[in-house]
Amino acid sequence: MSWLTDALKSSLGRKLIMAITGLFLILFLMGHVLGNLLLFKPDGGQAFNEYARFMTTTPVIQVLSYVTYLSIIIHAIYSILITRKNKEARPIGYAVNKGGENSTWSSRNMGILGTIVLIFLVIHLKSFWYEMRFGILPTVIYPGVGEFKDLYSIVAAAFTQWWYVLLYLVAMFGLGYHLAHGFESAFQTLGLNHKKYTPLIKKIGFGFAIIVPLLFASMPVVMFIQSLA
Amino acid sequence: MDFTLKIWRQKDAGSKGSFNTYSVKDISSDMSFLEMLDELNEDLIKDGESPVHFDHDCREGICGTCSMYINGRAHGPQKAITTCQLHMRSFKDGDTITIEPWRAKPFPVIRDLVVDRSAFDRIIQAGGYVSVSTGGVPDANEIPIPTSIANEAMDAASCIGCGACVAACKNASAMLFVSAKVSHLALLPQGKVEATSRAENMIAQMDKEGFGLCTNTGACSAECPKEISLTHIARMNREYFNAKQTSNNIPDKEEVHEG
Repeated sequence: MSWLTDALKSSLGRKLIMAITGLFLILFLMGHVLGNLLLFKPDGGQAFNEYARFMTTTPVIQVLSYVTYLSIIIHAIYSILITRKNKEARPIGYAVNKGGENSTWSSRNMGILGTIVLIFLVIHLKSFWYEMRFGILPTVIYPGVGEFKDLYSIVAAAFTQWWYVLLYLVAMFGLGYHLAHGFESAFQTLGLNHKKYTPLIKKIGFGFAIIVPLLFASMPVVMFIQSLA
Repeated sequence: MDFTLKIWRQKDAGSKGSFNTYSVKDISSDMSFLEMLDELNEDLIKDGESPVHFDHDCREGICGTCSMYINGRAHGPQKAITTCQLHMRSFKDGDTITIEPWRAKPFPVIRDLVVDRSAFDRIIQAGGYVSVSTGGVPDANEIPIPTSIANEAMDAASCIGCGACVAACKNASAMLFVSAKVSHLALLPQGKVEATSRAENMIAQMDKEGFGLCTNTGACSAECPKEISLTHIARMNREYFNAKQTSNNIPDKEEVHEG
């Protein structure tokens, strides 16, 4: 299979891996944001807790979650490999460089934006994912349905802390700008650039980069305000 | 017009360079940037100093030789031109202008502002030949090519290999250049015969030269004197992925025999 490993080790092969993992993570974000909107259902967290159990026990979802972990890891590792190669390609930089005249800020700072998202992910996963899977959670009994791990109470408690909410806001700004370039960039790398559909991809990417982080950010903000009342 | 120039001076590839500051006076606003540098060099020669070395040839924007990073932009502040087409009226009287060579590992500085761009030649060579029939003279329009395809191939072929794409790219990536060369022939019937091996070999050579990996910032296209579009990079990616799936170039130790 040396032709395949050669292809994947080439510059375009590495870009392809970044694009495919990135697009998969975009799909993940879509599911994640829609599911978590259940936090807003005014039923004391029952729907959310039922959803959390479904997501952690359904075999198909479990396979998808392993693909998600793998995508995050590969996307991060390849970004380091690619960045290292790109730094090597220009050992001496310019004394004066006006990148702002020819490209967008987000496109030039994907590494920094991705790092913000990655740091956030570690904290975010520790707070909820780790607790749900390996931690000892309080349980709650819903009549007629059964006993559930009360992840909702953990989420609600976390979002009473202002600094935690602030962390989410910063991270969602990072995610928004990362997506603003990443979405259309992934399609370009796959070779999908045509006057027939590229304007649409750009519009959808722009909308996605605003709406998804905004919905995510609304969760801690609304729950923080609710906790004050 | 008077200017203060901060110019990168470097004796040869092996030595360490640094910026030197010069002032030029009574420059006409109608002078091209290169004519302004000619004036400076006249003064330097008169004073017994070594003139500033820079590449230049046609001085009409078609040879792509005049590589210079001017005030943080490849070929200076204007769009879609080379340095020779840049005029001093694009600057304000009294401006300080910083002039640097292209910065990329595969483009080593030979002297001052002159870099060695033979990496581009090696990529072109790696692309190989185009099959042509050597019989009688073919009839005009014997090979049907739609106008839209001919135009697109011409857009790609207008690349002059100046290296501004590499210079402007934050990753020093050569993908706009390579994509223009891959596209130009991949679009036309004459180039289809060797299309797969051409894409594979040119990209392999590009990687070997040590150019960076494109992150789709679009800086290359924005600074390109011929405004080569990013759609060519997408086409190159398609050509390459397709070649990897379909070509018979298998890097094996033994020859693969048919049968």
